Amino acid sequence: MVYLTRKAEFSASHYYHNPEFTPEENSRVFGKCNNPNGHGHNYTLEVTVKGDVDARSGFVVDLKQLKEIMNREVLDAMDHRFLNKEVPEFFTHIPTTENLSIAIWQRLATKLEKAHLHRVRVYETPDLFVDFYGEQ
Amino acid sequence: MKAYLTRRYLFSASHRLHSDRMSAEENRATYGKCNNPHGHGHNYTLEITVSGPVDQRTGMVCNLVHLDGFVERELLARYDRENLNVLPEFVATVPTTENLCVELFKKVQRGFHRAHLERVRLEETMLNSFEYRGGNEDHRIW
Repeated sequence: MVYLTRKAEFSASHYYHNPEFTPEENSRVFGKCNNPNGHGHNYTLEVTVKGDVDARSGFVVDLKQLKEIMNREVLDAMDHRFLNKEVPEFFTHIPTTENLSIAIWQRLATKLEKAHLHRVRVYETPDLFVDFYGEQ
Repeated sequence: MKAYLTRRYLFSASHRLHSDRMSAEENRATYGKCNNPHGHGHNYTLEITVSGPVDQRTGMVCNLVHLDGFVERELLARYDRENLNVLPEFVATVPTTENLCVELFKKVQRGFHRAHLERVRLEETMLNSFEYRGGNEDHRIW
């Protein structure tokens, strides 16, 4: 079993708000992130796939294919977007880094063919990241 | 949905590696420049990974305000700009980064209960780092 990781970057804006909370609760729980005008981050995405090395190609996964899937499923949908308003998952879920890593996992998991998705890591800043390994 | 959240913090401290169980020659041979009696310092980078289900109401594993507050109050205020050797926990224990990493893990495990502590990783310099997962390692790669 070999693990392969591909990185990508995207920039997006978001804000945290739960419509079931009172304005005071939203402000207390989410602090500055509750500003409805949103704020932005440069996200770094790391996608790790695992698999056996194909004897003929020497690949775990076709990197070009992985890059295309990441571009199509994640970057085209999220890069330079307002996550709350433009990405359907976040019409109903708060676009925290936790939920972002889950949404990206769900977008990628069904699209990969030979390689298995092992981990999605999303850096919101260099000092904060979330790992998701699928449902455990 | 279980997710793993990692946060990085910085602190600076000095230490001297010296064991009372060794002779002066052994100390010099074992610790080299780190045995200098006057001590020396590092900019440490501390990484704390916690895990748990993502709270449906907040979208969070744990509120960073709580984690940051705990780390600031219990770890950074204690270790930043300090000489590790004079602290009680290192009077009888050599303040290697291994031992410091284990000590930090224990402090988080004892005091922070808003998410499950997975690991503490400590960078002493850009070129070396240590991590401790409390002896119950999960053999997934990070």
